[in-house]
Amino acid sequence: MPDGALPVLDVRGLKTVFRTRSGEIHAVNSVSFMLRPGELLGVVGESGSGKSVTMMSLIGLLPSPPAEVRAGQVMLGGQDLLRISPRELQDVRGAKVGFVFQDPMTSLNPVFTVGSQIMEPLIRHMGLTKAQARDRAAELLALVGIPDAKARLKAYPHQFSGGMRQRVMIAIALACDPDVLIADEPTTALDVTIQAQILELVKDLRQKLGMAIIWITHDLGVIAGIADRVMVMYGGQVVEQGPVAQLFSDPRHPYTRALLKTIPSLTGERSGRLQVIEGQPPIMTAAPTACPFRARCAHAFDLCHVENPARRPLDARPVGEGHDVACHWSPEGA
Amino acid sequence: MFTYTLRRLLLAVPILLVISLVIFLLVDLAPGSPMSEIPLTVPPDVRQKMIEALGADQPVFVRYLLWLKQFFWIEPMTLFDHWFGTSIVEGQQRILSWQSRSPVFTIIGQRIPQTLTVVGTAYLVGILIALPIGIYSAYRQYSFFDQLGTLFAMIGFSVPTFFSGTLFIIIFAVWLGWLPTKYDTMLEVTDWSSFMQQVKQMALPVMTLGLANAATISRYMRSSMLDNMQMDYVRTARAKGMREKTVVLRHVLRNSLIPVVTVIALGIPSIFGGAIITENLFGVNGIGAALIGAIHANDLPMVQTLAFIFAVLIVLFNLIADILYGLLDPRIRYD
Repeated sequence: MPDGALPVLDVRGLKTVFRTRSGEIHAVNSVSFMLRPGELLGVVGESGSGKSVTMMSLIGLLPSPPAEVRAGQVMLGGQDLLRISPRELQDVRGAKVGFVFQDPMTSLNPVFTVGSQIMEPLIRHMGLTKAQARDRAAELLALVGIPDAKARLKAYPHQFSGGMRQRVMIAIALACDPDVLIADEPTTALDVTIQAQILELVKDLRQKLGMAIIWITHDLGVIAGIADRVMVMYGGQVVEQGPVAQLFSDPRHPYTRALLKTIPSLTGERSGRLQVIEGQPPIMTAAPTACPFRARCAHAFDLCHVENPARRPLDARPVGEGHDVACHWSPEGA
Repeated sequence: MFTYTLRRLLLAVPILLVISLVIFLLVDLAPGSPMSEIPLTVPPDVRQKMIEALGADQPVFVRYLLWLKQFFWIEPMTLFDHWFGTSIVEGQQRILSWQSRSPVFTIIGQRIPQTLTVVGTAYLVGILIALPIGIYSAYRQYSFFDQLGTLFAMIGFSVPTFFSGTLFIIIFAVWLGWLPTKYDTMLEVTDWSSFMQQVKQMALPVMTLGLANAATISRYMRSSMLDNMQMDYVRTARAKGMREKTVVLRHVLRNSLIPVVTVIALGIPSIFGGAIITENLFGVNGIGAALIGAIHANDLPMVQTLAFIFAVLIVLFNLIADILYGLLDPRIRYD
């Protein structure tokens, strides 16, 4: 990880709210993070912790209404993505930021050939002619490991398996050589062997192409294997963030600790029942005024119920660059 | 696709034979006599002779078989003779209308152009109005335009054509005096002014029927668009940075059209069936009017033949709808 390099993506104070009939849902609350060139940032959290919504907010992919990005700044290549027009944002999406979604079975358009769907962003953003785009699309398919790429361009999505469709999605996301690739649980819908193949593919592509990657998942095992840095989200905010080795060896937030404990061990003796985190993640009907994890936290004390903890650094580096945590409690027994 | 079409066409033969038999028998069961419109002053023995001359005294299966031969052999060959100047079936008995004693197909040939120009245009206009309304309504769901489109569709659905047609006559023909009330079947389009006259006289019936057609199709289009708008591939298209126009008019529309095209294709036979009420209201001397007249006059050959032609069209357009479905949706392959 090139430490200290200027971030390709710098997100500050992002707030996203869903307006529903029964009131507002505060899905993302003051999320800040940054992404350095070539870095792989893992984002973990339960379903409903705001991981996907955060990433979709960045590039205006949430349907509005009901979603509304209330505040924040998303700097990418000198532009604030939250301040530019929808048309300018369309120029960024697919060109500078590639997106891979969770379910490859439904993410491709069933009535167009795989080739034409890869060619679309090439023609749109890079101004290639149809013939050039077709050649490049074949290259991309070969790059993501689909054999006989040239002939496969004419195939329709339903003729591909789930793993191959996800490869096609990756090819589309990488088509215009983006600075940032956002992968939203790209392996969740795939079976384990295919999952491993896709992981290897992404690792490999990252080495070849050198783009920065945001990898959203709830599988900590995946994160441990590929990420440089990890960001743990809960209740629409970042609760802990840090380099992968540090975060796994010295987790500070009770939620992170609990998450790590839930991973069943494959070695050694079975010691009792599987660990779980009791309770449900909160539905944020208002902006948080207390720690969102307090109801499920074993260490919660008075302060946790009245003040939402700010992120504080755990080492010499400022928040966001080193290891930081948003928690009033500290394991040393403070 | 070709073998599938062939198989379906072959399958259509027994289906249509059964349908023809059912139609023939059902129509034959209807009470009444072909002589019901002949004055009572005609003596009974003359009436009997007239019935015999029409062949109406023959047993039903004889008439059915004769009709089959006439429909499937003599009538097509008559057309063949007419086109190529041959004389294969010259002098053979064609299907005759009991009412007018002229060949049924001659009458149909005279009536169908009126129906197709008026009802066909109305269908086309209906589609052309409905598709944009449906697309935009779905794209801006619950907007003012969408509410307006819903109101328009509600009116088109719930107001019967005899009411809307009459209303249009009162407004556009009586009050404003822009358009004629009656459709003149004899008008021949030879120059610009007669063409304009034709357009004017078509306007009211086309509006009346077009409103009803547009209402149905716009609803189909809207709901199909809404279904597809939610799909993941739309989000993918947006994530690729495609312009909103491309997302909606290429990705969403192409998928949404699949069921709508099928509905449109299945509706085409009804054009040939004519629009009985509207044709009557505006005096369009079309196929619908011919059918009603034949039913009133107990003109069994005419009714049977028309009913069977509608059956053929429905079977045919069902096949066409299925083929279109296969062409539009690559996931469906029939072979």
